[in-house]
Amino acid sequence: MMGCKLYSGGMAKTLSEKVWDEHVVRSTAGEPDLLYIDLHLIHEVTSPQAFDGLRLAGRPVRRPDLTLATEDHNVPTLDWDKPIADPVSKTQVDTLRKNAAEFGVRLHPLGDIEQGIVHVVGPQLGLTQPGMTIVCGDSHTSTHGAFGAIAFGIGTSEVEHVLATQTLMQAKPKTMAVTINGSLPAGVTAKDMVLTLITHTGTGGGQGYIVEYRGQAIEELSMEGRMTVCNMSIEWGAKAGLIAPDQTTFDYIEGKPEAPKGADWDAAVAHWKTLVTDEDAVFDKEIVLDASTMTPFVTWGTNPGQGVALGGVVPTPSDFDDEQDRIAAENALTYMGLTAGTPMRDVKVDTVFVGSCTNGRIEDLRLAADILKGHKVDPNTRLLVVPGSVRVRMQAEAEGLHEIFLAAGAEWRGAGCSMCLGMNPDQLTPGERSASTSNRNFEGRQGKGGRTHLVSIPVAAATAVRGTLSSPADLVSVEV
Amino acid sequence: MEKFTTHTGVGVPLKRSNVDTDQIIPAVYLKRVTRTGFEDGLFAAWRNDPDFVLNNEVYAAGSVLVAGPDFGTGSSREHAVWALQNYGFKVVLSARFADIFRGNSGKAGLVAAQVDEKVIQRLWDHLDDNPGAEITVDLENKTVTTPGGEVEDSFDIDDYTRWRLLNGLDDIGITLGNKDDIAAYEAGRPAWKPVTQRA
Ligand code: SF4
Repeated sequence: MMGCKLYSGGMAKTLSEKVWDEHVVRSTAGEPDLLYIDLHLIHEVTSPQAFDGLRLAGRPVRRPDLTLATEDHNVPTLDWDKPIADPVSKTQVDTLRKNAAEFGVRLHPLGDIEQGIVHVVGPQLGLTQPGMTIVCGDSHTSTHGAFGAIAFGIGTSEVEHVLATQTLMQAKPKTMAVTINGSLPAGVTAKDMVLTLITHTGTGGGQGYIVEYRGQAIEELSMEGRMTVCNMSIEWGAKAGLIAPDQTTFDYIEGKPEAPKGADWDAAVAHWKTLVTDEDAVFDKEIVLDASTMTPFVTWGTNPGQGVALGGVVPTPSDFDDEQDRIAAENALTYMGLTAGTPMRDVKVDTVFVGSCTNGRIEDLRLAADILKGHKVDPNTRLLVVPGSVRVRMQAEAEGLHEIFLAAGAEWRGAGCSMCLGMNPDQLTPGERSASTSNRNFEGRQGKGGRTHLVSIPVAAATAVRGTLSSPADLVSVEV
Repeated sequence: MEKFTTHTGVGVPLKRSNVDTDQIIPAVYLKRVTRTGFEDGLFAAWRNDPDFVLNNEVYAAGSVLVAGPDFGTGSSREHAVWALQNYGFKVVLSARFADIFRGNSGKAGLVAAQVDEKVIQRLWDHLDDNPGAEITVDLENKTVTTPGGEVEDSFDIDDYTRWRLLNGLDDIGITLGNKDDIAAYEAGRPAWKPVTQRA
């Protein structure tokens, strides 16, 4: 392919090794590789100090045309057409606008039709494509791995490095395969799959690895389901998670605004088809799971690895063999206000959050609406539905999904990260308990003292109706 | 960046595993647009607890954090590193670090030194017996010691980060020295790769 460093045979390689090797600008023994970055996504929280650094050193952005900025973490999801009320949030957003203008970076600000969570916007614009390297100052950049890209979160110093050089210095991670055989049972989703995996591995299980998810259950997922799985790679410590591109991937990308067109499309697809792990390639580690035995899965603790089947009970700390795990469980139960042995289905929930880059895309909202149709949200429970982007919001409204949410008594909001990280006004109050479709249940993640249970979309919707952790099977069916 | 060769300072035992970045600094404290002033947010939720280690006078001047395994999991926020530095920490010792946190530390000049879990336990025991005791972290020789010789062990840090910290070098400057390699790579990129704006 015209003198570029595209994969051209040789030693058997895994998918991630192929993508990695195609991006090595410079490789020297004893030093990390210098890796070229195809797409750099930016948002208001982790970029201001990076632009400051450029300004101080008098450096330009090397490739504004490979850079995209959006406002998401900090923006309000109510009154988004008015000036931002919180002066500190406003300063941060204004700083991004000023920086984008000064350095020539494309920005989708609040109120723009392409605004939304950075990891929802990239794929929906068609900017996320197989075989790319994608970085962002946000740990859930791993989402883009669903397309067969190497995508990972970076810190602000690295944001500045990429802005200045369009490269990053990175030591090559080890490789791991997570093979998920069988098919997911009806009603069990990609979210349940990844929560099950993280409880299996623990939060540190993926440290130092780029993970390839594969197997029948992965192949059967939609692109949006694959994004949910890759999104949570960082929650078990993996550097990145990716899935080999296939027809599902190509069909999703084709026709998107920034997708290749005409002859470019053919050339791109021809290359993308080479992006699979060679049959005789060897991974440094392998994990095998069976999807057919998976059930709705929720967390009980304060990290994503503290999970249990929805049909199970709050665990007893003394059941953990490892002392650190036991102490962590004790601390978590105290923080969460839970008693060992309580059936998860008896846990009462104050707020249900549907949204985030894990579960805030159109298929998620369709599924939630499907379950909520004809039902009412429990009078003691609040349901917040926050689309991942303006486009998702518009699509949902075109399909009438918002009417179902509103009729059920839910709040229908503007696009952004919202209660996923509790940086804007959407926060839990101390002691308030949520069932959340987001990705982190850390102490205080959704607001100081807030208690988070991570759940799938079906569990979130059913929980909103019953007021306790539930699955759609627990709902009395209604005539609609 | 300042050079780091060796540091001696008060050790602070943080006896928790899996200290995630939302614990190190909650999101509401991330709204500054500078690299300074984040010390107020450091371990914000825990600092309300009078028994929290940093609320103990002996540890107020602490600069070497001795933490449980899986330190810095979660978010990519470099603010977590800045908050520790703004507070006065120069070194974090742990048996395992989350990758992004370790990377951010190296860039910002905080030494994330990986030691065996048993060494952490010995340091905790030592600090329990001698609250306010100092710990020396020698980057040149990759050793962690207590002045009385109660604990003497080595730590791990990748060679490249160590070299950069010892010399106080800035990554961007190093990379820009390889500008020609970057330009050559760019010349070979396929035309169908996406761009965010067209010329
Ligand atoms: S939705 Fe949550 S996890 Fe995703 S980018 Fe926003 S804050 Fe990060």
